[in-house]
Amino acid sequence: MNPTTNEIQSIAILPELILSVAGIVVMLADPFLGAKSNRRPLGYLALAGTVAALFATAMQRSSPGASYFRVIQVDDFSVFFHFVIIAITAVVTLSSLDYLEQQRIRAGEYYALLLFGTVGMCLMTSARELLMLFIALEISSIATYVLAGFRLRSAASAESSLKYFLLGSFATAFFLYGVALIYGATGTTNIPAIAAKLAEGSTTGLTVMALALMIVGMAFKISAAPFHVWTPDVYEGAPIPVVALMSTGPKAAAFALMLRVLFGAFGSLNEWWMPLIWVAAVLSMTLGNIGALMQNNVKRMLAYSSIAHAGYVLVAFAAQKEAGVSAAIFYTATYAAMNVGAFAVASYQAGEGERYVSIDDFAGLGRRSPVLATTLTIFMLSLIGIPLTGGFFAKFYVFKAALASDMIWLTVIGVANSAIAAYYYLRLIVVMYMKEGDESTPLLPVPVSVATGLLVAAGLTLYLGILPESTLDFAIKGARQLLLIH
Amino acid sequence: MTQNPNLNLWLIPLLPLAGAALNGLFGARFPKRMVTAIAWIFPGLAFLQALWITSKFSGLGLPYIESHGAWVQISSFTVDFGFYLDQLSLVMLLVVTGVGFLIHIYSAGYMWEEGGYYRFFAYLNLFMFFMLMLILANNYLLMFVGWEGVGLASYLLIGFYFLKHSASQAGKKAFIVNRIGDFAFLLGMFLLIKTFGAASGTEVNPVGAVNVLDFTHIFSSIAGHPEMFAIGTAGSLTLTIIAFCMMFGATGKSAQIPLYTWLPDAMEGPTPVSALIHAATMVTAGIYMVARSSIIFDHAPAAQAAVAVIGAVTAIFAASIGITQFDIKRVLAYSTVSQLGYMFMACGVAAYSAAIFHLMTHAFFKALLFLSAGAVIHSLHHEQDMRNMGGLRKKLPITFAVMLVGTIAIAGIPPFAGFFSKDEILWKAYSSPHGHWALWLIGIITALMTSFYMFRMLFMTFLGERREAAHGHEEDGHGHDHHEIHESPWVMLAPLVILAALSIVGGWYWKPAVFSGENKFDAFLSPVFEHKAEPAAHMPAGGAPQTGAVESHDETALAVPSHAAPNGAGEHGNEELEHQLAYLSVAIALMGLGLAYLLYVRRPELPARIAESLGGSYKAVYNKYYVDEAYQAAVVDPIVDGSTDVLWKGMDVGVIDGAVNGAGTSAKFLSDRLRRMQSGNIRSYAVWVALGAAAVLAYMIYMGVQ
Repeated sequence: MNPTTNEIQSIAILPELILSVAGIVVMLADPFLGAKSNRRPLGYLALAGTVAALFATAMQRSSPGASYFRVIQVDDFSVFFHFVIIAITAVVTLSSLDYLEQQRIRAGEYYALLLFGTVGMCLMTSARELLMLFIALEISSIATYVLAGFRLRSAASAESSLKYFLLGSFATAFFLYGVALIYGATGTTNIPAIAAKLAEGSTTGLTVMALALMIVGMAFKISAAPFHVWTPDVYEGAPIPVVALMSTGPKAAAFALMLRVLFGAFGSLNEWWMPLIWVAAVLSMTLGNIGALMQNNVKRMLAYSSIAHAGYVLVAFAAQKEAGVSAAIFYTATYAAMNVGAFAVASYQAGEGERYVSIDDFAGLGRRSPVLATTLTIFMLSLIGIPLTGGFFAKFYVFKAALASDMIWLTVIGVANSAIAAYYYLRLIVVMYMKEGDESTPLLPVPVSVATGLLVAAGLTLYLGILPESTLDFAIKGARQLLLIH
Repeated sequence: MTQNPNLNLWLIPLLPLAGAALNGLFGARFPKRMVTAIAWIFPGLAFLQALWITSKFSGLGLPYIESHGAWVQISSFTVDFGFYLDQLSLVMLLVVTGVGFLIHIYSAGYMWEEGGYYRFFAYLNLFMFFMLMLILANNYLLMFVGWEGVGLASYLLIGFYFLKHSASQAGKKAFIVNRIGDFAFLLGMFLLIKTFGAASGTEVNPVGAVNVLDFTHIFSSIAGHPEMFAIGTAGSLTLTIIAFCMMFGATGKSAQIPLYTWLPDAMEGPTPVSALIHAATMVTAGIYMVARSSIIFDHAPAAQAAVAVIGAVTAIFAASIGITQFDIKRVLAYSTVSQLGYMFMACGVAAYSAAIFHLMTHAFFKALLFLSAGAVIHSLHHEQDMRNMGGLRKKLPITFAVMLVGTIAIAGIPPFAGFFSKDEILWKAYSSPHGHWALWLIGIITALMTSFYMFRMLFMTFLGERREAAHGHEEDGHGHDHHEIHESPWVMLAPLVILAALSIVGGWYWKPAVFSGENKFDAFLSPVFEHKAEPAAHMPAGGAPQTGAVESHDETALAVPSHAAPNGAGEHGNEELEHQLAYLSVAIALMGLGLAYLLYVRRPELPARIAESLGGSYKAVYNKYYVDEAYQAAVVDPIVDGSTDVLWKGMDVGVIDGAVNGAGTSAKFLSDRLRRMQSGNIRSYAVWVALGAAAVLAYMIYMGVQ
């Protein structure tokens, strides 16, 4: 454990290297497949890349420290998020294999973009230099902008991509402006250095403006209210596996980024940003849950639900300290497992041209496909927050942390919100089991790849609910290290 | 300190879970007899183990705690996977496994013809698992797992007839109403963590115990610091808030005002489910939780008074609705709400033993009543309207006999079980230091109503002439007519007979003091509800030190209200009065019987005329005081409207939602969408973002100026 700082240490970016190489290989291999043949082999290639990257991440655990001239920080925090993000990509890849065939999308670059996007997300969790963070953010964003438009025959998809791109660039501009201002104020873009400067000097107008602008950009990325308006539209139009990715991967990365910026760079200014986070948490939970109540489209329903869940994570931000940060980290992982799973079910059930995405289309799914219905039930119960699922523990730790920091009203509002939320998730379960769809609709056998992805997600959801301890430990270590460096 | 034998408590909940797993996973492929055998054996074994534990019980050091290590362990917060057995959980254990096992047997007959037979039993066993977790857990978090789990199982079972729209709606309603209660319970739990999870070395936590949600930790922390939690102090205020949260949670599960509305609707489920979950076991979870947390409520007089008032009001309110209902199961449902009100009231006057006593006898006779109502419904091919019954006494003699027993028991006529427990509650409502004559008065009026509507039900069903619906079942194509009305099979009748026997003798052993000079039930349970100071030490796993039987209070316990005073000296002077009140309540019960006889046997034309002359007020009661409608208008509609008008129509401008089914990609849709996209949707979103940014900046400037 030598505190190497300046050397080039390829282990520090090994997962990213592997993912990039895999992406390039996918691009190169694409032309060799005939124009009419399907792109499944490329998907397997991408999957192999993610598995290798997971191994590389596991190796990173034994060589923590800063490297590349204090730009990259490897610690339990970054490793945790690497695991989460790469696992998300793996499950999304699994559910994309059959989805792309169903939608007759033959494009190898889909998988390459998935991998490149993942590189960006991973870097967002390990960079400790604002410029590097910005570049990582852009890598991940641009890949997802393109992926959102991949249903080439659908105007809704094009609309989704365009909206996401325009509004997303608008928001990242805020972030970049914030970076510029903080450089002006402190003369550095290195997060620990900024923290040190801010701790010694008095707060200037420039620094708080920088803080405000960066919060706007980050709040947009995690679709926290009031910067959430784009979410339902973008999710509705984009291909479902991409939505599965967008609602978890870049979000997990953005949460990591936000943790690092707020607790790292601006930790000493927490009295300034706390009330903002408080308000954003309340607005996100409430608007998300109430908005989801009336949705008939599953994608839009889950979009609103993701806004609400961003609110719960922000509650953990507001709770502060080790308990709050670790609760936020744990919540992100749990949310990723259950949400990716839910979207994986939806993407297979949607059928060609994504025709079956309204809640009523799930009628009788319990009969047509017990596997899809059972796993979706697990994901919904977890999203509600029923004990023995990860969703319960995640909420439990968030609210426990909030109350420990005397955020009584925030806890009350949050717990009340999680009570309301049961309604719309339950609707989906009711429809699946308790309404018979058209008797003539054929059974829906589940292919191995989809089933694998679902079992991984469902297994993790239950694992985090029944045996949360080791993951929580990991999250706590991550939180401790994040708070320690800065 | 006694060395406790290993009771393997963990097996008790796990046995039904194994049954649920077997039937749930492979039941579709098993023959029906095999499904039945699995469904019977596992809860049956749990019951046997409960009996075995009972036989060993007198030699145990209590509470017996069995810890299987930490379930969750993070820095200063640990939750054990552990079980807790004392007198209270033993009574609950026997009731749940015993009555539960009988209902499993009955269900095999009742559900034999239904589709999804294996699924039904898988859910039923799953319910048993969660219920047993709830009553055996040694900490609040594990209890909450069971608490939510029984709600989930109940939801699955209410919605079992899922092709019926009303059934799936009722299941959903039950689940969501319960979630609202659970929200309060969770808040209470967070407050407990905050209050008792203080850092090591502080006054409430001198040894740095980390199992902050363990019953032993919380109870001994309160008992060990009488000065911190004495009434009127800040500590007592905290406990009052916690108690209010728990009380609200209990009103959800135990169907009390304001959250009782789900229970009558839950009658849409199969009748054995109503008997097991919505009469004998799950709905008593709230009572159990309040009794388990008695030390908290004893330090929270305001919450305690609220519990008493809510219980009393619910009791009389539900009883009055029960008088007007015609659906046989709904009469029983309102009666359950009303009886739970009695138990709540007893908890509120700190007569926890009386509450648990009534919980037990009620489990016997209400399960009996539901199951015999089920036998009637079964015989009549799913007829539930009492106006279409009558004259069934000759056709269903055994069913009539057991239902008569159940009715006498609930009406409170001695020597049947219900009399003793109800009378104990009424007496405590009057005589307890926390009681009040008004509570007693409401209780006795409720008793009159109870006797009346129960005999009304019995008479309408079994006496008089058979009445037919305009569209009788003869015409519905099944070809059943009167001649085919016959007794249920023995598999259904045997549990009824056993429950009937329990409904008669269930109160004898534990006769209240006034009839035998000693109240054994109270003496048995009271150690649980007496809170003496103990060293606030972390309990070693497996063995456990505990108080002996009844000892005199030491001075540290003086801050605790003296409700737990043994039934000795103070009450002897009142013996006379207690006798008189007991006679009065018998007279009241007989009066209800007579009134029902007059109105429904001798002069059956009268009730309609009375109803007519009462006009609007009768209609209000018949329609359950329009509470459902009021909730719809006051709570549900505003949220839905807010969601629809403000968020859906207002903020989601220009998005066609839900219309995107099937033909969503039609040309019209495309053009529509493109037009909208060009009409400035993105710009409006960008404006939102910009406005938000402006607000953030304005806030920063405001902060800076300050």
